[in-house]
Amino acid sequence: MRGCGRCGAVRRGSRRYSAPVASEPPDGPAPNPSDAEPAGGPVVGPDGVTRVDAVVVGAGPAGSAAALQLARAGRSVVLVERGPFPGAKNMYGGVIYGRILDSLVPGWTEEMPIQRWVTRRQTMMLTESQAMTIDFRTEAWGEPPYNGATAFRGDFDPWLAGKATDAGARLLCSTTATGLIFGTGDAGRRVVGIRTDRPGGELYADVVIAADGVNSFLAKEAGLYPTADAANYTVGVKEVLSLPRTVIEDRFGVRGRHGVDIEIIGATGEVPGGGFVYTNLDSVAIGLVLSLPKLAAGGRRPEELLAELKAHPAIAPLIDGGEPQEYSAHVIPEAGFDMMPQLVGEGLLVSGDAAAMCLAAGLWLEGVNFAIGAGAAAGRAAAVALDAGDTSAEGLSSYVDRLERSFVLEDHRRLRQAPHLLMGERIQQKYPQMVCNTVERVFRVDNPLPKQRIHEIVLDEVRRSGVRAADLVRDGWAALRTFG
Amino acid sequence: MTPPPSITPDISFESLMDHTEFRVDADRAHITVDEEKCRGCSVRGCVVACPARLFVPTSDGGILFNYEQCFECGTCYLVCNEEGAITWTYPEGGHGVVFHRS
Repeated sequence: MRGCGRCGAVRRGSRRYSAPVASEPPDGPAPNPSDAEPAGGPVVGPDGVTRVDAVVVGAGPAGSAAALQLARAGRSVVLVERGPFPGAKNMYGGVIYGRILDSLVPGWTEEMPIQRWVTRRQTMMLTESQAMTIDFRTEAWGEPPYNGATAFRGDFDPWLAGKATDAGARLLCSTTATGLIFGTGDAGRRVVGIRTDRPGGELYADVVIAADGVNSFLAKEAGLYPTADAANYTVGVKEVLSLPRTVIEDRFGVRGRHGVDIEIIGATGEVPGGGFVYTNLDSVAIGLVLSLPKLAAGGRRPEELLAELKAHPAIAPLIDGGEPQEYSAHVIPEAGFDMMPQLVGEGLLVSGDAAAMCLAAGLWLEGVNFAIGAGAAAGRAAAVALDAGDTSAEGLSSYVDRLERSFVLEDHRRLRQAPHLLMGERIQQKYPQMVCNTVERVFRVDNPLPKQRIHEIVLDEVRRSGVRAADLVRDGWAALRTFG
Repeated sequence: MTPPPSITPDISFESLMDHTEFRVDADRAHITVDEEKCRGCSVRGCVVACPARLFVPTSDGGILFNYEQCFECGTCYLVCNEEGAITWTYPEGGHGVVFHRS
């Protein structure tokens, strides 16, 4: 087996499988991580207890934005990250829309580590042998003030966390938060800190911000999440394939730092979901997002479905010859508003994917911007509560007000039906075929027969698709109400 | 339905996984599986849905699993239909998957 010299992976070659055990795993000795942030030591008081104003768990975009706001407010804040560096555990669908950074990190367009500015946006409907693409491009998104950029999270997340540490936050990497610490007596449900897997790793704080990602064990431990229902989640899988920069520019029709984002429907077989292709500087990322219950019940593996997308005649020429660089997977909180937990607890705020703030609304697939917006609101709300000396749920409640007044909850509330609509069988299975067949017949020349009238083709294809007219109207109306 | 996967290594998938870095914690498996519960499960969503192919059924009705090349995504416990059959926590800080270009 070929090793990867660049990343120096530890484990190579054929894998080992273990027999299951019914008992708890043995507790290994606490590690002494070599990548730990040396300047990240928390403050130990004279009583031997480590206290700060705020602990933020997770140095993703939500956590770093929260820590940045708290540090700017003059508060002592520790940002805890379980990866060896921010972004090490993160994977996403590829585009960061940075407008929210205008106020938070002025001048961000000059320094954010990007791959390419997206100037070309495509929405593609696939069938087995057809593709219908809506292709939009604008030079405006390739110059200030810009719109969105592709970026590696292994570059972007450390950059944003660096803004927080520049402002005075302390970043503790290679540190997993293993649980919440609750107060005693009357304050029994009040969060007063976190446990970590570091030796003596209890951190006490007046407020804890859980930005610990889609699985948020902290929000669940605090009782803020209803039971996790697999139907609310998708899993994203992605391959990054290296290609020469000039080849990418020729195949995707862009130059310089301009890039392309392609969102795909009809690429996931029987499993509801979607696909994506986007350009990095010298690599192309291709991936799928798949609904968990149908994936688990369907018998087709994620990598099999991805291999089919890669082999599709509309996609294969784009990635031909690409050398695999990284394969990744991550769960996505797909259901948005309807799966959000309680956002505020006693001494606790939940933010980012931990609060299901990723927006999976078909036309708009966003997440990093929502995490930044929510995290910044959490940091501000925590700072105000600390100033007032009240970090109870009541004292922290301005967090929700801030989100309600911002795009975070406004967009999520307005688009709450979008995930259900887009994961439905007709949009997933029927409409791509119906649209592709219609377009194929419109552009096909059937001489000596004369041209068929377009409305006749449309009606005929609707009939052939098996979609009832009433459902077509219902979906159209739902789409108009949601997106219109 | 496709036939259940064999434990014979799939060369193309293994070479794909080779490009992802895993800093394995040799002391602790962050996934534990309750074999008794798995034996009573006919669905086995974890086997097909895990994007890292970490769960493999055995001919005698059990399940073998590997925790070392885990993406830490959480798919397995979310699709598990037997309450508590899969116990899943994060690896120790600094261990587990490390993405660089994702």
